[in-house]
Amino acid sequence: MSHTPANLRRRRIVMAGTAVAAAPALFNIARAQGAAIKIGFPVPLTGAFSAEAQDQVRAAELAVKEWNAAGGHKGQMAELLVRDDKLNPGEAATRTLELIEKDKVNFVVGSLSAATQLSINAVTKERKVLFNSISQSDTINEAKDWSLYTFHEALNPHLTAGAVGRYAFPKFGKKVVYLTADYAYGHEMVRGFQRAGAGLGVQTLADIRHPLGAADYSAFLPRIQALKPDILVLCNFGRDLVNSAKQATDFGLKQGTKIIAPVLLYTSRQAGGADAFEGILGGTSYYWGMEDKIPSAKKFNDAFRKAYNGSVPSDYGALGYAGIRSVLQAVKDADATDSTRVSIALRQLKYDWYKGPQFYRKCDHQSVQSVVIVESKSKNMKDKNDVFNVLAIEAADEKNLRTCEEMGHKVTT
Amino acid sequence: MEITPSLLALQLVTGIALGAVYALLAIGLSLIFGMLTVVNFAHGAFFMVGAFIGLYFMGLTGNFWFSLVLTPLVVGALGLVTERFLVRPLYGRGIDYPLLLTFGLSWVLIEAMRVMFGIEGLPSSTPPELRGAVDLGIGFFPKYRLFLIFATAVVVLALWLFLEKTRYGLIVRAGSRDGEICKVLGIDIARVWLVVFGIGTAIAGLSGVLAAPTRAVNPEMGIHVLAESFVVTVVGGMGSLPGAVLAGLLVGIVFSLTSLFAPDLAELSIFVLMAVVLLLRPQGFFGKQGLMS
Amino acid sequence: MRQAFEFVRRHRVAAVIAFLMVFPLLMPYHALAINILLFGLFAVGFNLLFGYTGLLSFGHAAFLGVGSYLTGIAMVHGGWPWWAAVVLGVACAGVAGLAIGFLAIRTRGIYFSMVTLALGQIVYYAFYKAERWTGGENGLRGIQVPAVEIGGLRLDFLNPVTKYYVILAFVALALWFVSRILASPFGAVIEAVRENDRRAAACGYDVARTKLLVFVLSALICGLAGALRALHLSIVPIDSLHYLLSGQAVMMCLLGGMGTFFGPFVGAGVFLTLEDVVTVFTKHWMAVVGGVFMFFVLFFPSGIWGTLVKRMERVR
Repeated sequence: MSHTPANLRRRRIVMAGTAVAAAPALFNIARAQGAAIKIGFPVPLTGAFSAEAQDQVRAAELAVKEWNAAGGHKGQMAELLVRDDKLNPGEAATRTLELIEKDKVNFVVGSLSAATQLSINAVTKERKVLFNSISQSDTINEAKDWSLYTFHEALNPHLTAGAVGRYAFPKFGKKVVYLTADYAYGHEMVRGFQRAGAGLGVQTLADIRHPLGAADYSAFLPRIQALKPDILVLCNFGRDLVNSAKQATDFGLKQGTKIIAPVLLYTSRQAGGADAFEGILGGTSYYWGMEDKIPSAKKFNDAFRKAYNGSVPSDYGALGYAGIRSVLQAVKDADATDSTRVSIALRQLKYDWYKGPQFYRKCDHQSVQSVVIVESKSKNMKDKNDVFNVLAIEAADEKNLRTCEEMGHKVTT
Repeated sequence: MEITPSLLALQLVTGIALGAVYALLAIGLSLIFGMLTVVNFAHGAFFMVGAFIGLYFMGLTGNFWFSLVLTPLVVGALGLVTERFLVRPLYGRGIDYPLLLTFGLSWVLIEAMRVMFGIEGLPSSTPPELRGAVDLGIGFFPKYRLFLIFATAVVVLALWLFLEKTRYGLIVRAGSRDGEICKVLGIDIARVWLVVFGIGTAIAGLSGVLAAPTRAVNPEMGIHVLAESFVVTVVGGMGSLPGAVLAGLLVGIVFSLTSLFAPDLAELSIFVLMAVVLLLRPQGFFGKQGLMS
Repeated sequence: MRQAFEFVRRHRVAAVIAFLMVFPLLMPYHALAINILLFGLFAVGFNLLFGYTGLLSFGHAAFLGVGSYLTGIAMVHGGWPWWAAVVLGVACAGVAGLAIGFLAIRTRGIYFSMVTLALGQIVYYAFYKAERWTGGENGLRGIQVPAVEIGGLRLDFLNPVTKYYVILAFVALALWFVSRILASPFGAVIEAVRENDRRAAACGYDVARTKLLVFVLSALICGLAGALRALHLSIVPIDSLHYLLSGQAVMMCLLGGMGTFFGPFVGAGVFLTLEDVVTVFTKHWMAVVGGVFMFFVLFFPSGIWGTLVKRMERVR
């Protein structure tokens, strides 16, 4: 039994603890000159979209490597700090807090779901850290969530759905049924379709909402059968799309109805298989097969192939690449590494990293870009990667986005 | 929107097909609870494992029927191992412990499937013999789902025959009513429990392989299904086989009809049903300790 | 050694608070320490019902979630100051506890667990659908507390260290409150109900009222954890209400030690740190955490702290 009085022991512990806590601070001061430019990268490495997330990481690392190889910024190299947000908004917020408070990142790029990017944004905008989001959301650009530090590299549901609608409605008919995942993203896609269809005389026969993550759609299909639409729009994403496409095929809905989806993911198509996706067309931000039409796509694909054993980048992978590359370019343009000045430079950026010309709209920092319309292939596939035919590419046009006023922004410069 | 009688009828048939899967899952859960008083929180995970193993065998042999027979055996074996080494040490400690253990087990099983088969899951397709839709007169209905209803009926019949007409089935029924007396009578009740747990999980695996062609097969598919299985088991009465079947069909039909009239409330409606049953008649339709035929 | 243990036991609240005051120094980053504080409090609230009263609820996420959402809604939609919003969040969680508890205690055993699961899921769907107020799937965003003003002193809430100690102040208060309850005669009645509720009724105690009261107290504590969590994360994610979170409370209590005062905190700390650390080494963290949990259920059902306490008692 020790004889040291309790409070002296306590004081020693606290002193020791303080010393331990202070030590890293000393380290940081010594390292500050020549410190790397750190970019936090929270993505769902585990969970339903881990395949996409891992591709995002690969492509992001490529972008960092290229930038560093070109000399970085006055000798300062970039460093990617990848974290797993487990596709969970609470976890994403915690990870972002860790990246900002402990790792002291300069910027944050990331995420892969509407909910997680919004929660990351909630944390970064309060602390005035630049955040470039690389997945779909209509909400992040709206005035309520937006800040001068919020950027959106990816497509949004309104633009994607609109592009697919503009392509498909004139071709396949006017009577439309929507099978919609019942969450914000689903509703946003429907709105995009309906807006595009309004000028074309398109009629919504029904908008059937299904619970997000539903495994079984059979309860909704008889009604759709009875309505006999020209077009069935599967307004859902990822696994929901795979399930609903399969089951719609099983119920024989493809006879007499064209099935379209706002977003056709490369990985969903691989998981669902050729049968389920036969004849289905949809939109995407990028498909490697564009390389014969777009020179920057070829350049990007070749760099990716070289770095990763011949594999090609996916849609979300390309976004990871662009998200990082834009921010790093802005660092060079601003000749600075703090979020405020880099944000200002990013606003002015005009670029073409992998799919043609892009720029960020001033009022809401949405990247104005093209949308690719693809159709699933089931025959004549050259290799396992050749799963889509590119039907059309809708050129980048600000007019296809919702107006600044509608998003709640008063400033338009 | 026009609700014609044929649409209603087709929706009903859809509900029955849905209910068939629910019923199978609930039977397994109910068996295990009725016999061992164990709430198997890993039931959804066994369902998921069945789907994966089923697809694996289908890919290996190219034969659906072969896989249909083999998969429940494999999953059942996994259940036997689970009971013998993980659940058995917890008897006598209170009802919560096996529940908690199986909760942890479900996490391990999900991750195991990710490691073995990848995070994306496996693509599944309907076996060629059962492909296509049939014109029922009220609309087109997938052939495979009719097969599902038929397969469930066969399983339920087989189980009923086993419990009612065989000697071992008699032992199982007696054991669920009073395990102590059975021990006194010289029956190795521990072995009976082992077998029942194995049968329960085998049925879960079977429902997995049966459900695989209708939906995406991925490691997370069991999580959703578990909550629904609990609803059905509670409504039917924990420990009752006819209750499980009836409740499965009822829940399937309720879900299907709600989807027709108010699709966004469909999920909510089954939980409301569960709460109502628990509050007004907690033992469900036929719930009592022991299995009734 | 034994004397120290007895001393800690008698002044358990002070001991826990002292430990928590230096806790951040042991943690790699403050956000994790704060999460442990909050989930520790959540587990303590849950433990009141589970460990001390013997009622396994699978719907406790409802109270955490109601606390979070009502605090957030008051601030984002109502413009309320943070402290008023927190009071509202806690009060509403208490009301939810009253409603759900009133319905749930009519059932016993496994049915109690099932009905709390179902009622919890109903709350989840209700908040999910009320998109205009809660943000639905996207969660509730915009909860900003730039500074906390206490009697003229302005504390920067964005500073992680400051945030930790402000939250600790609330947690300490709640812990003291729980300790008082457990040490009171009412606390003895609670444990009597756990051991054998029929006998407790035979002794003349109103078992139903006791259960309901504990339910409400538990809900208040969990609601406070939720309210503070909203301030910490600046958002309220929808999965705050999902039964998987209820399951985590159960796991934390078991890992730490049900029926002990400090156990839930230990459990929360171990669980969250394990999750955090394991993610660095392998992406199969689910298997590791699940496996560890099963190990504890089988071999250390009293949990880490509970086993320690038992060993200390045996030394006597």
